Amino acid sequence: MSENQTAEARQDMAEPQGMSPRRRAQLVRTVQYVVLIAIILVLAIKMDWPRIGNRMFNLQVIGNLMPRLPLALLNTLKYTAGAFVIGITGGLLLALMKLSSVGPYRWIAHIYTEFFRGIPALVVVLSVGFGVPMAFGIKIPSIWAKIAISLGVISAAYVSETIRAGLQAVPKGQVEAARSLGMSHTSAMIHVVIPQALRIVLPPLTNEFIMLTKDTSLVYALGLMVPEFELTKLGQDSLNSAQAGLTGMVVVGVAYLVITIPLGFLARHLEKVQQKRSA
Amino acid sequence: MVGKANKTSKAGSQAGPAELPPLAPDEVVRITGLRKSFGDREVLKGIDLTIREGEVVCVIGPSGSGKSTLLRCVNLLEKPTAGRVDLLGVDATDPDVDLDRLRTHVGMVFQQFNLFPHHSVLGNLMLAQRKVLKRPADQAKAVAMQNLEKVNMADRADSYPAQLSGGQQQRVAIARALSMDPALMLFDEPTSALDPELVGDVLAVMRDLARGGMTMMVVTHEMAFARDVGDRVIFLDDGVIQEQGPAAEVIGAPRTERARTFLRRVLHPTEIPETDLGETEPE
Ligand SMILES: Nc1ncnc2c1ncn2[C@@H]1O[C@H](COP(=O)(O)OP(=O)(O)OP(=O)(O)O)[C@@H](O)[C@H]1O
Ligand SMILES: [Mg+2]
Repeated sequence: MSENQTAEARQDMAEPQGMSPRRRAQLVRTVQYVVLIAIILVLAIKMDWPRIGNRMFNLQVIGNLMPRLPLALLNTLKYTAGAFVIGITGGLLLALMKLSSVGPYRWIAHIYTEFFRGIPALVVVLSVGFGVPMAFGIKIPSIWAKIAISLGVISAAYVSETIRAGLQAVPKGQVEAARSLGMSHTSAMIHVVIPQALRIVLPPLTNEFIMLTKDTSLVYALGLMVPEFELTKLGQDSLNSAQAGLTGMVVVGVAYLVITIPLGFLARHLEKVQQKRSA
Repeated sequence: MVGKANKTSKAGSQAGPAELPPLAPDEVVRITGLRKSFGDREVLKGIDLTIREGEVVCVIGPSGSGKSTLLRCVNLLEKPTAGRVDLLGVDATDPDVDLDRLRTHVGMVFQQFNLFPHHSVLGNLMLAQRKVLKRPADQAKAVAMQNLEKVNMADRADSYPAQLSGGQQQRVAIARALSMDPALMLFDEPTSALDPELVGDVLAVMRDLARGGMTMMVVTHEMAFARDVGDRVIFLDDGVIQEQGPAAEVIGAPRTERARTFLRRVLHPTEIPETDLGETEPE
């Protein structure tokens, strides 16, 4: 039987072959390059470049915006940081509740998570900004508090899942080793599990910070005074001038990227370190 | 092993309930009618076993026979379904016993080492000394260094586990357990995860420990170690102690057919059985 198979295999390979897989891959790649270059050429020739420059990168508009940019950037970061702190604190608490041996704690934490992951952020922002103060007469003192609470309670739902996964990713043997040395459950959590889980969740938490940075733009819905302007509101404000065009949006877009791109690099770097360590 | 007698008796002041006679002064572990089930699968089906001070008891048996489970029941990492475990004069299966305190007297070494990756070697050895025994830092460090000397790892005190070979990690794990000054050491296949050329160093450390008078319970597939170092060998199969006795007898001249089959496979692992296709070799 094996002789037979050998003969068949020889015969199969002896038959005339078509284009080799390597040649075929090369051809496909060449076609892709040709298409790309064609598109670039058409754009370069057909586009009205002076007009685009004027509408998207208008130096006068940029000049007007620049003095107001630092404060807006700072406000964006401030709103983000507030939300992040609430998100992390709430998330850790919810994660521990989800792993609790007390049933009702687990249910509450799960219901909370499902609820806030299921409704739009803007609904929460409007509720905290207007609904809750009107309904219950609670005064939330500042815009900062309003946006930080809104985004923070949502963030807590996502962060709790991240942290729970991180806690569960620490190998069971770690707890067993700690317990076999006489450490209590709590002590093993504090000294062995949580420090390792934090390293695991650092990259996803960095991504969460990036998400929050972008979500702070929702604060515009609450109506801002000039000193409270963050990046998006500043961009929107610039649309009021006649020659604004896209320039204001380009400026604030770049400002967001200045925050988010380095953080993205950081997250990916941490991920790599993480993988190396667990390998 | 200075102060050995003290260590064994320090947790032994409280007497267990009345039905069983108290442990003889030299009995470190006494297991009575131990059963353990996972779901409806019974893994241990009634184990009786006594270990005396200074004794080295080796547990052998095929994969899945319940060796790890038995060992983990001794320090109550696994809760017995029925039966009783007396440790150092205390009924460890009494729900009101302070298991954390009891475990400080029982060291455990795992197949996968389980060192804390976020601590240095020294940190691994000091953590429980500091947090559980509340030893001051300088004392904990002195004890740690002393135990690292014993396992020949003092020069790597500042390394992190990931920088060490498996054999080095396991020796550190042994030193970590020893740093709590245990009266009993449990080993669960401590060399099974190691490359063959690293096994010897770990076994040498364990042999020295045994010679120093440490009471040890060792699950192992290293028959040479069991024969040379073990005082007594237990052959566990199907959740029951099938055979036990002096190491030379159980390994050299097993009485039961099961033990003979098992030992033949372990001692001649490269002999490929002709007939029983589909059966797996013990790891
Ligand atoms: N936590 C658990 N949940 C369910 N089943 C378990 C659990 N731990 C062990 N078992 C089962 O109990 C049986 C005995 O396991 P144990 O680990 O004690 O065997 P072992 O003799 O140590 O085997 P090995 O030589 O492979 O380590 C196995 O069938 C295993 O699948
Ligand atoms: Mg095992």
